[in-house]
Amino acid sequence: MSAPPYAADLGLQLCHTCDNVCPLDTHECPRCWSVLHPRKPNSLVRTWALLIGALILYLPANLLPVMYTDMLGNGSESTILSGVIEFWRGGSWDIAVLIFIASVVVPCIKFFVLGLLLVTVQRRSRWAMPERSRLYRFIEIIGYWSMLDVLVVALVAALVQFRALSTIEPRLGILFFGLVVVLTMMAAMSFDPRLIWDAEKNDVR
Amino acid sequence: MAEVEASRAPLVICEHCDSVYQRPVLARKQTAHCQRCGALLARGRRLSTDQLLALTVAAAIVFLFANTFPIMGISMQGLSNEATLWQTVEALAQGRITLIALVTGLSIIFAPALQIILLAWVLVHARGGRVAPGFRACMRALEHLRPWSMLEVCLLGILVAIIKLAGMLEVHPGIGLWAMSMLTVLIILIGGRDVRGLWDELGVGRS
Repeated sequence: MSAPPYAADLGLQLCHTCDNVCPLDTHECPRCWSVLHPRKPNSLVRTWALLIGALILYLPANLLPVMYTDMLGNGSESTILSGVIEFWRGGSWDIAVLIFIASVVVPCIKFFVLGLLLVTVQRRSRWAMPERSRLYRFIEIIGYWSMLDVLVVALVAALVQFRALSTIEPRLGILFFGLVVVLTMMAAMSFDPRLIWDAEKNDVR
Repeated sequence: MAEVEASRAPLVICEHCDSVYQRPVLARKQTAHCQRCGALLARGRRLSTDQLLALTVAAAIVFLFANTFPIMGISMQGLSNEATLWQTVEALAQGRITLIALVTGLSIIFAPALQIILLAWVLVHARGGRVAPGFRACMRALEHLRPWSMLEVCLLGILVAIIKLAGMLEVHPGIGLWAMSMLTVLIILIGGRDVRGLWDELGVGRS
């Protein structure tokens, strides 16, 4: 069986909001009235901008403390990594690994994969196209699990509020970390995976 | 290519690579994948409108429980404290970092709440075969809310927080936690793409 035709070759485009098949020359989906684009607008520039923004914010997110713990008058601040190390030393290696994956591995995979996709698409590479499509879907799925650390800090800070004995407060680092998650999610959303396959066509859009 | 165009059969376009196919007829639990890029093209509808509505009503009730009762409580040397979902969001609303409280509030309270309200609105009307007022806006909003609804992450966060605190003090899960767990499952069931079936079912935009 031969390869299926491309929508653009048939004069069609997809409405991303309602899956409707629309003619290429319309600008609004006749069914759900969403704005139509054959490809996400300015996909590469937007994705680069969001990705670089996220990378910059990732530094303060890791260097600044995310949490302040006051135990019986002994105050200490912890960063994301020092939190992981604390869990590890405390014997809960499984939780340490979980937080490490959610807060370090997942964002780094997203940076690397999005960067790789952007560079290969810009070079109109035909290398491993199905695999690159799969990579894109993978980072779309894992993206929001990075919010884990933000939620843990929020929960712990909401609970441990015993004025004299001990308190836990969130710190600035968690803001940067949350923004990194939001920006990488937006970067993944603004990347158009169809650009990967446009390398097969000769006309440059 | 020409015959696809000529037959005017319902088509599907792969969202990830722009390949065009004739829309497959799928039974429940069956899925169709794109030949070119392997992405999911279509999935047999798992839940009917009635079932979706029933689960949405259940989600609304469970949502109220999850938001009124404490998620968990702690106690230490005779002192005790509890936190609800809202208090969890509030804990982040401190001075410079308030922005992150908004993101958190959106992902664990507002997005699920809006999903439930919008779904209930379109489904109640769809049950009577009617198109709800503002149907298009509701359906578009549902699509845009989906990625920002993160209850499953919150649930994992609660488990991590329990383990984190259990080392220093006594932790007891609250009614809110059980409601949260149920709500997470319900939102996964109703928040998916099954609702897109309404476009065809109600014949919206068909000329």
